Amino acid sequence: MSKPTTNAGPFFPRDRNWHPKAMSPGYKTSVLRSPQKALLSFGNTISETTGPVFGHNIIGELDHDLIQNYAKPGESAQGERIIVHGHVLDEEARAVPNALVEVWQANAGGRYRHKKDGYLAPLDPNFGGCGRVITDENGYYAFRTIRPGPYPWPNGVNDWRPSHIHFSLFGSGFAQRLITQMYFEGDPHIPLCPIVRTINDPAAIEMLVAKLDMNHTVPMDARAYRFDIVLRGRRSTMFENRMEGN
Amino acid sequence: MTKLEYLKESPSQTAGPYVHIGCTPNFVGNTGIYKEDLGVRMVNAKTKGQRITVKGRVFDGTGAPMKDAMLEIWQADGEGLFNSPSETRGKADPYFTGWGRQPVDMETAEFCFETVKPGAVPFPDGRSQAPHINFWIVARGINIGLNTRMYFPEEEEANAADPVLGRIEHRMRVPTLIAKQSGDKYTFDIHIQGDNETVFFDI
Ligand SMILES: [Fe+2]
Repeated sequence: MSKPTTNAGPFFPRDRNWHPKAMSPGYKTSVLRSPQKALLSFGNTISETTGPVFGHNIIGELDHDLIQNYAKPGESAQGERIIVHGHVLDEEARAVPNALVEVWQANAGGRYRHKKDGYLAPLDPNFGGCGRVITDENGYYAFRTIRPGPYPWPNGVNDWRPSHIHFSLFGSGFAQRLITQMYFEGDPHIPLCPIVRTINDPAAIEMLVAKLDMNHTVPMDARAYRFDIVLRGRRSTMFENRMEGN
Repeated sequence: MTKLEYLKESPSQTAGPYVHIGCTPNFVGNTGIYKEDLGVRMVNAKTKGQRITVKGRVFDGTGAPMKDAMLEIWQADGEGLFNSPSETRGKADPYFTGWGRQPVDMETAEFCFETVKPGAVPFPDGRSQAPHINFWIVARGINIGLNTRMYFPEEEEANAADPVLGRIEHRMRVPTLIAKQSGDKYTFDIHIQGDNETVFFDI
């Protein structure tokens, strides 16, 4: 990892074969929710390279602690206590500081605190399932939470999601916006999941699998998982085309 | 020997049906964690420029409105400046965030942004871009967030000269990016798929 990027130029083009295709028939909902016509490609303009800044002042004291941030005083969320941490980097392995990282997840039984989730596993009265942090000057972030449970979903007759945490990333420009999911090393559901399998390259799937990190485990308290995230890199503006005389 | 060593971008995954829990928890009644959902207010009493409302719905390939979509917009202020540290042309209105986030209503499927009409901004080669709002759409079934833009119907001349609209080969598709106007209210419907499919961008 090297110093944070100071580039403000256009983002590196997205590798659309590395990302899941919009239409992935194994994930049935994508069939009618995928554009069929070619995307319009054009180089980034200032509307794509710029983006808002989220001040550290928006972050509350417990926003990074899903074990406590919805719990009644003196109580805490149920489940396997874990720390999820890592660096947000760009494609040149430079830290992305001040990135907004938002997470959401099911509880230890695989149930979401959402009016549209009707899974029979019970809600945990002490677990809300959301958290957020802003990366520090080294692109580092850390959450404390519980390991979410797998849950069944209507796709095939017996499809189950692997344990996963949803991640939303906001870097330094609007075209860098990314939503993804984090999986857990060793989970046998990963290769079976139709949503995981929207990604074709096994090396790309591997990027979404957090690794058990015994070095950051807190003894007698919580295990740690390491999950680094890579956002699009960007060119320097030094040699960008300009009209002569500008 | 020089080696080209780049990391790959983390691959996208769908936001799923429960994106609200993480991005707009108050909207689904998960209150008490964040004071307010991020991006819910773009303007305040001091914001300069012409106030507008942008509403619309997101339709799937059968023409059914999607009830679990979430949208984010990013735009210049009334003078054409972005409230962003990488804006070098001047100082944007500090009372306008330029960034909004709204889930669609779970019953009516409608989204609504209260914002200001953006000014024109330059294209990299120095030409002018017509006033526009950048959109980013996620939902269950969308594997990677969709980018598009909304343009303004009353800006006929600027739209005709816009370098991005000018790149659309099939001219009959240009209107998919142009909102409908009724006073200060604009309607921008997004069609993910079908005959009237919105032009989406690879940017
Ligand atoms: Fe999920």
